Amino acid sequence: MPNKLMSEDDVIAQLSDGMTIGIGGWGSRRKPMSLVRALLRSDLKDLTIVSYGGPDVGLLAKSGKVRKLAYGFVSLDSIPLEPHFRQARQAGGIEVLELDEGAFQLGLLAAAHRVPFYPCRAGLGSDMLTNNPEIRTVTSPYDDGEELVAIPAMNLDVALIHMNRADAGGNGQFLGPDLYFDDLFAMAAEKTFMSCEKVIPTEDFLKEGTVHTIKIPRIFVNGVIEAPRGAHFTECPPDYGRDEAFQKEYAATAKDPDAWEAFKARYLDAPSHEAYLAEVDAP
Amino acid sequence: MSAESTSEATLDEIVVIALAEAFRGNGEILCNPIGTVPMCAGRLARETFEPDMVYTDGVSVLSAELLPVGVPDAVAVPETYMPYRTIFDLVWSGRRHVVMGASQMDMYGNQNFAAIGDDYSKPKAQLLGMRGAPGNLINNKTSYWIPNHSTRVFVPKVDVVSGPGYDRMRELGEQSSRFHHIVRVVTPLCAMDFETDDNRMRLRSLHPGVTVDQVVENTGFELVIPDDVPESRQPTAEELQILRTQIDPNGARKAEFG
Repeated sequence: MPNKLMSEDDVIAQLSDGMTIGIGGWGSRRKPMSLVRALLRSDLKDLTIVSYGGPDVGLLAKSGKVRKLAYGFVSLDSIPLEPHFRQARQAGGIEVLELDEGAFQLGLLAAAHRVPFYPCRAGLGSDMLTNNPEIRTVTSPYDDGEELVAIPAMNLDVALIHMNRADAGGNGQFLGPDLYFDDLFAMAAEKTFMSCEKVIPTEDFLKEGTVHTIKIPRIFVNGVIEAPRGAHFTECPPDYGRDEAFQKEYAATAKDPDAWEAFKARYLDAPSHEAYLAEVDAP
Repeated sequence: MSAESTSEATLDEIVVIALAEAFRGNGEILCNPIGTVPMCAGRLARETFEPDMVYTDGVSVLSAELLPVGVPDAVAVPETYMPYRTIFDLVWSGRRHVVMGASQMDMYGNQNFAAIGDDYSKPKAQLLGMRGAPGNLINNKTSYWIPNHSTRVFVPKVDVVSGPGYDRMRELGEQSSRFHHIVRVVTPLCAMDFETDDNRMRLRSLHPGVTVDQVVENTGFELVIPDDVPESRQPTAEELQILRTQIDPNGARKAEFG
């Protein structure tokens, strides 16, 4: 089994301007935040971000690195509307592909299966089609002749996901209540980089959870980054819950440019994940 | 418990009953209410007249036993694992009745919670996005709980259609619209439905003490008003007792009333 251990900065070195980057997790849940902050520290620009959006989307939209966003929603869960994302949208200038959240997974699935689209009914009659004229409909070739929406494949250059456990070869294990769509993100991407709470020997997976929790196969993973509390301040159960106080502080910076600059300088400009955690833990 | 020993139902309890009534006759489907008042309504319906429905713990399982609302350490007794992926499959199967909110709604039930403003590339106010509205409306039953009955919400024309209403469905034709069904719209003033010849929104019942004029004044389009509008029904003593002591013992539902 190959050894794929690397650092956040090793991941950034493999990325380039204009890439389409998918980010796993859901809202403010199990987001690969140490990798997102590495993106923020980089010089990368003109990115397309594909995500069931949370603070990953808020931070990247705010940073000016994003040309286009594809999402079903952007939310902090306990704070329903993501304030930094809202600001970026209301300022204009970011192209968006706003899909039904169920249809969104079909775009990932189509990319994973290397087909151009998957059909569904979601979107007919709604402004999902009016506002996104690039999405087309398709007529069933069978006798019913039904018109359906053809959700285009969301081919990703790179996927970033965060798991509870992984081995050095790139097999990933989730121990929380929901995998969300992280396996589809990995399969939809040319390259996937997976951070995790803890790298463990392969034979220890079954000490952590049942075989059903080992959901990310290494054939879809190019790099493994050990990042304890790497999803902070989003939740990563059972290892930890959401840091609600920190999330509130983050959300409040949207209203106050000085507070934002201070937040950015203290946390986002921290040169490494370790330095970030030291700031989070500082009194 | 006798009716005499039960204090009179308050508005939040009338509303819960009006929404619970939306589930009547649904049978063995996923009851999927979003928000505290809708969750109270779904749980009350299951505890009383729709015992076969299933519902989620809001995380990843269906709860076999009554799961109280607003009790953070309440633990579900799982009857099925139900992560988001399975929820989406279930939406498309149609065996589901969802209750959502709306920032804007028009007379045919077109719903917007995506964004406010005419320019999609630069909205005046970005809201939730499409979330599951386009797929919900065209695949399974949908009802709405709208805590703010005002002309700001009930408008002649919504800025963005996230959940399509009946006029849009008519344009699509019978084949595409065959699973579309908006069952009920409930507010602190009244219950409404679309049971009219042209599927325009109709006043179904008035909550106690509310007048037709009050509803008309706070609705920004012409509602269908029948000659006789009944009063929304009172909860039974049993329903009140279950709601107050078992479903929502801390009164979390009251927070959704201004």
